[in-house]
Amino acid sequence: MSRPGRDDAPDRLYTLTQGRTRSGPDTPFDLVTLVVAECDPVAGMQSEHAAILRMCERPTAVVEIAAELKLPVSITRILLSDLLSTGRVSARHPHTTVPSGLPDPDILEQVLVGLRNL
Amino acid sequence: MDSVTSDARAPLSASADNGLKIVIVGGFGVGKTTLVRSVSEIRPLNTEETMTQAGEAVDDTSEVRGKSATTVAFDFGRITLDTHNILYLFGAPGQERFWFLWDRLFSGTLGAIVLVDTRRIDESWYAIDRLEHHGTPFIVACNDFGGPPHTPAQIREALDLDPHVPLLDCDARSRESSKRVLITLVEHLQSRYALHGAAAAEGALQSPELAL
Repeated sequence: MSRPGRDDAPDRLYTLTQGRTRSGPDTPFDLVTLVVAECDPVAGMQSEHAAILRMCERPTAVVEIAAELKLPVSITRILLSDLLSTGRVSARHPHTTVPSGLPDPDILEQVLVGLRNL
Repeated sequence: MDSVTSDARAPLSASADNGLKIVIVGGFGVGKTTLVRSVSEIRPLNTEETMTQAGEAVDDTSEVRGKSATTVAFDFGRITLDTHNILYLFGAPGQERFWFLWDRLFSGTLGAIVLVDTRRIDESWYAIDRLEHHGTPFIVACNDFGGPPHTPAQIREALDLDPHVPLLDCDARSRESSKRVLITLVEHLQSRYALHGAAAAEGALQSPELAL
């Protein structure tokens, strides 16, 4: 590696996820899914997992976790899937639509009120 | 990217449980990140996604060799709307070669803002085409770069814009102006979906003209 940066990223990412490059076809993590830690980091835990648990003491969006870890979103999703499957984090998924698939009018109203109050 | 320490983060309320998305699209240098910064409660952050040109996240390194994996960076900011709802604003790269990212970003988005530089209107065609293709509701905001003034009619014609799509001027550097853009989008969503709700109640949603 002549210089740090994107050129060396694939190897590093491959190692982080033990070679896995996707979190499964049914990955539940949207970019704005809010992740909450359900336990504290423990000794011996993979450092990225520990970092996520510290970061998610309060709800934190997937995209914020990726930005803070400086990892691509796809890799972050894999790390989160590990933590979710072992119950170390919980996920609060976006709910914006009513069963017909249209946006929930109550949510739209809440968004409007929130923006007007800015 | 600047170093971001945990201390620099502004944690959300423990009750936050609903992340919402609005996407801001437009050509390079049109002011997407400026608009995000104007209204965001956090300094805009940058992250990236690695994908193959096939539109899938990289799923098998043995397959990557033959394809070109692409890294796409995008900016985002955040607005806490209330104790439950958190709005994330994404600045999406508008270039054609990033089309595969758009599917991801637009999935579940409330709607989109097309930010236009009236000196370079043609750079917005592709964004509008993609949004229409996706059925993503959008508005058009012209960022003021001090170019020669255009009438709304001229801009609508240049963009071949549907008369129902709201068009407004803005100054992406101004918090008030950027707020106005966001509010215009959400009001547009409300009126669109109110129409749809009424149509659905009458069982008339089959009409293709009503498709979003």
